[in-house]
Amino acid sequence: MNFSVVTSEFWSLCLQGLALGLIYSLIALGYTMVYGVLRLINFANSEVFMIGTFAVLVVQVNLLHHDVTSQPIHGFALAKALILSLFGAMIVCALLAMLVELVAYRRLRLHGSSRLASLISAIGTSIFLSEGMRNLTNSRPQTTPRLLEKTSLGTIWGANLRIDTIITIVAAIIIFLALDQFVNRSRLGKAIRAVSMSEENSRLMGINLNKVITLTFAIGGLTTGAAAFFYATVYENTIFNVGFNLGIAAFTAAVLGGIGNIRGAFYGGIALGLLEQFASAVLGSQWKAVTVFIVLVLVLLVKPSGIFGEAVQQTRT
Amino acid sequence: MINLRDKGAEIWEGWNRPKRTIFVFAMIFLAGLLPFSASWGPTSFLNTPITSFQNVLVYPVGMFILMALGLNIVVGKSGLLDLGYVAFFAIGAYTQAIMSTMLDWKTWEILPFGIMFAMISGVMLGLPALRLRGDYLAIITLGFGEIVRIIAINSTSTGGPNGISGIPNPPSVLGIQFDLMHPEHYFWLVIAMILLVVWMVRRFTVRRPGRAWEAIRQDEDVAALMGVNTLVYKLWAFVIGAAVGGAAGVLYASKVMVISPDMFKFDVSVMILACVVFGGIGNIWGVMLGAGILAYLPDRFRFLTDYRQLVFGLVLIIMMNLRPDGLLPRKKREKISEKSK
Repeated sequence: MNFSVVTSEFWSLCLQGLALGLIYSLIALGYTMVYGVLRLINFANSEVFMIGTFAVLVVQVNLLHHDVTSQPIHGFALAKALILSLFGAMIVCALLAMLVELVAYRRLRLHGSSRLASLISAIGTSIFLSEGMRNLTNSRPQTTPRLLEKTSLGTIWGANLRIDTIITIVAAIIIFLALDQFVNRSRLGKAIRAVSMSEENSRLMGINLNKVITLTFAIGGLTTGAAAFFYATVYENTIFNVGFNLGIAAFTAAVLGGIGNIRGAFYGGIALGLLEQFASAVLGSQWKAVTVFIVLVLVLLVKPSGIFGEAVQQTRT
Repeated sequence: MINLRDKGAEIWEGWNRPKRTIFVFAMIFLAGLLPFSASWGPTSFLNTPITSFQNVLVYPVGMFILMALGLNIVVGKSGLLDLGYVAFFAIGAYTQAIMSTMLDWKTWEILPFGIMFAMISGVMLGLPALRLRGDYLAIITLGFGEIVRIIAINSTSTGGPNGISGIPNPPSVLGIQFDLMHPEHYFWLVIAMILLVVWMVRRFTVRRPGRAWEAIRQDEDVAALMGVNTLVYKLWAFVIGAAVGGAAGVLYASKVMVISPDMFKFDVSVMILACVVFGGIGNIWGVMLGAGILAYLPDRFRFLTDYRQLVFGLVLIIMMNLRPDGLLPRKKREKISEKSK
């Protein structure tokens, strides 16, 4: 137990927790969007994230020819590299998520099979993807090049404002606002909300279910890809099973905020990130997962539909 | 697609009692002979490369069948999604490991304690978790599985990440020795436990708890309205499932003699759940078949080395797409009510 660290490094922990939490939130969107329309835990999302981190690596190393030993770059070249790898990861993840829907979910959904069958099929996809990557990389962790020099922008209340942390926080919040506007304002967003309220009725209203569901997976993939980019930028390494722990944390975040609820995923992720940072500072990092789950159980006991509630009134299944 | 389960049930119902008894005993006898099939000409294709076939039969095949039957009570019979079943297996295994190395107790004396501790932890987890809806239950059980493993890694009494070694084998019973030289004896022991669990599950299914579970699985709200105390029966399903997992854990620890937290990872929970769904959720014969196949295949195809798990993932996807209800689905009557949900 080390409580003094909470007061002495409060703002620094907050900042790190916020950055980590926003990465969780972005992955959590991949779960929560799909859960919203299909009522399914998209188990393969963690592997979509894993592939995303490798997409960042491929864009930076194979397309832009930076390698681990190369010096950080500046100016226009840096902006180009970061934006290309961000969009690269987002597009790869979106395509992969759509493919996962096509391979693992569509047939089962059209046949009206039980949710568990879809779950196992998603688990199969997840095993396939992570094992495929394990064979490609020979189980070795891979280091992504340090393109962005990790300079400090100064300190606020003793917290070091590192450039990568700030970029992550700002960009993640922008992505969130954009998504929130998309789902609440646009026509397609309306269709997604309609499907999540009632599949039957939205089909009667002339909504193309397959299209909307594919779109939902694609959006989840886009945000998960963005999370992969931020993860690779902040932590600068990846491995074939990187998706596992982050996936579980992100799913927890989605549940904490109220699964199926986009804003819930956002706040749930932040809450989880902060909680993990403070728990590992006080109790040691080995106990952070335990703390997180105990808090989750307590929250759910008091408020069974998560802090912000579910987006749609859902009967018990 | 042909429904093997209904076909089988038809034939079975056409038989009279002596015929059924003979059939059951013949099947048990054949299962008992399995450890020797690898060295007998016509069935030697069953032999597994690298790992000894007789050991594969005990773990993973036998153990997975046992645990899949336990998990089937939770997931199949009462429809509660448990993603942390490995926790109970771990609790049983650590009970055996700690009590045998510290108190010098024998496996048979520890077995009831292992089952008891697993049941107690089932109550501790179930009481808060079972008040919640399906998917929340999934995440909380998953978390519980991880918590048990993290505690095992981080506390000194469990030997930390290195685990516990030097766990004694069970003492011999009626002249049957349990040691490294006789894996087939363990297999027979596992068969006995499987039979016991099958008997127990079948008894439960036709009595009050079975009817309550069935009602809860089909519609919890309606079940509660009809006067079923849903929390109590869900808790019972959970605790009985935990007991089976705990028993499997005790036996496993005394067979392998060394356990470490690595053996109780999330993938074991996933694997057992896959066994249940793959074989035919809710139907014990399907579950046993599914568990047998899924546990056996990775060892049989060890020559694929690195691509083994890759192929396994592929098999899961293809199988679920072709037979979403599993190899041997549950009875039609029960399935219809599930679909109409």
